[in-house]
Amino acid sequence: MTLGGNDWQTELWFAVILSGLYHGISPGMGWPLAVSAGLMDKQPAAVLRALGPLAAGHFAAMAIILMPFALLTMALTWQREIQLASALLVIGFGTYLLINRRHPRFLARIPPHRLALWSFLIAIAHGAGLMLVPIYLGICSTVADAGHAAAGTLMNNTLVMAVVVSAIHTAAMIGAGGVIAWAVYRYLGLTFISKSWFNLDIVWALTLIGVGLISLAALA
Amino acid sequence: MTIRPDPTFHASPRLAMEAAPETFAYTVLLCPDFSKPDALAVIDVDPKSGDYGNIVHQITMPNTGDEFHHFGWNACSSALSPLTGHAHQERRFLIIPGLRSSRIYIVDTHPHPTKAKIHKIIEPEEVFAKTGYSRPHTVHCGPEGIYISTLGGGGADGTDGPPGVFIMDCETFDILGRWEIERGPQEKHYDFWWNLPRDYMVSSEWALPPQFEGGIVPEELLSNKYGHTLHFWDLRERRHAQSIDIGANHQMSLEVRPAHDPTREYGFLGVVVDTTNLEGSIWTWWRDNGKFHAEKTATIPAEPADADDLPELLKGFGAVPPLVTDIDLSMDDRFLYVACWGTGEMRQYDVSDPRKPELTGSVHIGGITRKTPHPNGNPFGGGPQMVEISRDSKRVYFTNSLYSTWDQQFYPDGLPGAQVLAHAGETGGLTIAEDYWVDFPDGYAAHQIRLEGGDCSTDSFCYPSV
Repeated sequence: MTLGGNDWQTELWFAVILSGLYHGISPGMGWPLAVSAGLMDKQPAAVLRALGPLAAGHFAAMAIILMPFALLTMALTWQREIQLASALLVIGFGTYLLINRRHPRFLARIPPHRLALWSFLIAIAHGAGLMLVPIYLGICSTVADAGHAAAGTLMNNTLVMAVVVSAIHTAAMIGAGGVIAWAVYRYLGLTFISKSWFNLDIVWALTLIGVGLISLAALA
Repeated sequence: MTIRPDPTFHASPRLAMEAAPETFAYTVLLCPDFSKPDALAVIDVDPKSGDYGNIVHQITMPNTGDEFHHFGWNACSSALSPLTGHAHQERRFLIIPGLRSSRIYIVDTHPHPTKAKIHKIIEPEEVFAKTGYSRPHTVHCGPEGIYISTLGGGGADGTDGPPGVFIMDCETFDILGRWEIERGPQEKHYDFWWNLPRDYMVSSEWALPPQFEGGIVPEELLSNKYGHTLHFWDLRERRHAQSIDIGANHQMSLEVRPAHDPTREYGFLGVVVDTTNLEGSIWTWWRDNGKFHAEKTATIPAEPADADDLPELLKGFGAVPPLVTDIDLSMDDRFLYVACWGTGEMRQYDVSDPRKPELTGSVHIGGITRKTPHPNGNPFGGGPQMVEISRDSKRVYFTNSLYSTWDQQFYPDGLPGAQVLAHAGETGGLTIAEDYWVDFPDGYAAHQIRLEGGDCSTDSFCYPSV
């Protein structure tokens, strides 16, 4: 069977949300910036204000990675190969992150007030969008299965789907990050930052590899 | 890489104050006549230890003539910046530049301070080739790695081009190159520090190498040719933003001490000597609506003295200048400590109102004419110089040497290395601890002190105290 048969639908949407929660919880995706904003501006509203640009940047990073795949899904006959290639791409990037544990230095030059830009580049650099690709392609194959529509309509559908997947993922991400930021700001205090900041580099890379492997298995 | 951030990283200054007190101090030793290699002394500062105040380990370098001066850690609390995404470094390596040789030593303090050893040596040629700078000085760890200021440009005497800041990789210790993209009018350098969330750097000016390496040059000083300008920089853009000339008579603007709490956009600057009246001064700088300002907020007068009691250099003046050679700010930004190396006094100012420092404590020790002994009876050569404050800001450590050739000019009778401790009162006041005295090996002078786990002139914080 191919990934994205109707019986997988629920699991795939669940994966979109789960990956969002995972990204949101990770301190590297920005919730400490919301805490910092609230403390630096000395007002609780600043925590919420920081979440907007963080979400916008993350959403853009997801959408920009999914878009090319949305266009590729037009090539109906190549669907399986595209899914295969994307799974290998995700595994490859995960392996790269596992071997090269250095963080890109250009990220250190983003000014602290450019939250949306920061969030966008961080998500791109860590392959956060790539993690969504196999899940997204799975969902798209359902769409393709469902209707024998013209190529134009199909592309429209997959583009819309890319936006929907990015939006739901980002909503889950900023929801989880926002809850943590608020809890740290309001109740837990700053010690939580150093105590909870586990090094997720290896876990993150393994997650990418895992997502790729699961989609490979599903294609088999 | 570690699984969790180094336990000595603290999100805010308050959390740093609440951490366990230091048990070891690192002090750089220099051989003033360059006959022996410089060294790093590891001192036990745990009052409960039988070795309290003793050197428990020493690393002697393989070269001579380095002239150790300032140094710093490879990583500090700035690693917890919400922007870095990699909080998982260790505060483990000391970066020790040779101010005279331009050689840089990386010392590994793991697995234990008493087993510290040389990890890597960066030869001067590499510094010259990769940066065009020479005479490395202040070391801070920040967003792009390790930042090191220099006092010299290229060429044998370091005057071929202006000095500046260069960056070093915080894991491999490779020199990455110059930091500045645009330096504006900056031509001299000394100290620098920053406010990370507010994204600015502040730097100061001492002198160019010919003005200090062979000793202070009186003609240059009296014609106001030493540094007297503060520079403000856009940190991430790496561009010069603004200069404030504090007046040519305010010679040698040295240590820059920003408030530790990043919501406080002000800091202090120590000025060695005013050539019109020999007084030392403290300046407060602050940012208001994106623009920087600075004003003189405290002065310390010269003390009259008989020419017979004065070294050759000062005989004509009939007075001892206080010589404000180092300042340091307590972790809660409440007390500023001011070393008066000439008159032999350590002052404590309450700077709760940063533009109105209030003198709240003072101890006398050493001094060109006062020659005040330590309370334990030991003579103290020189005067209070490099000062380092414990994280909880209760203990103030200081040494007595300024710079090899200058030491000989101001204290020709010699200046054996000494390190003492003063206790700060909860609400002010300063008392020298009778039971703390570090005996350094013969022939060595002592300069900067770094405390295990961080101190008040090392860590930069990215969150305010709440």
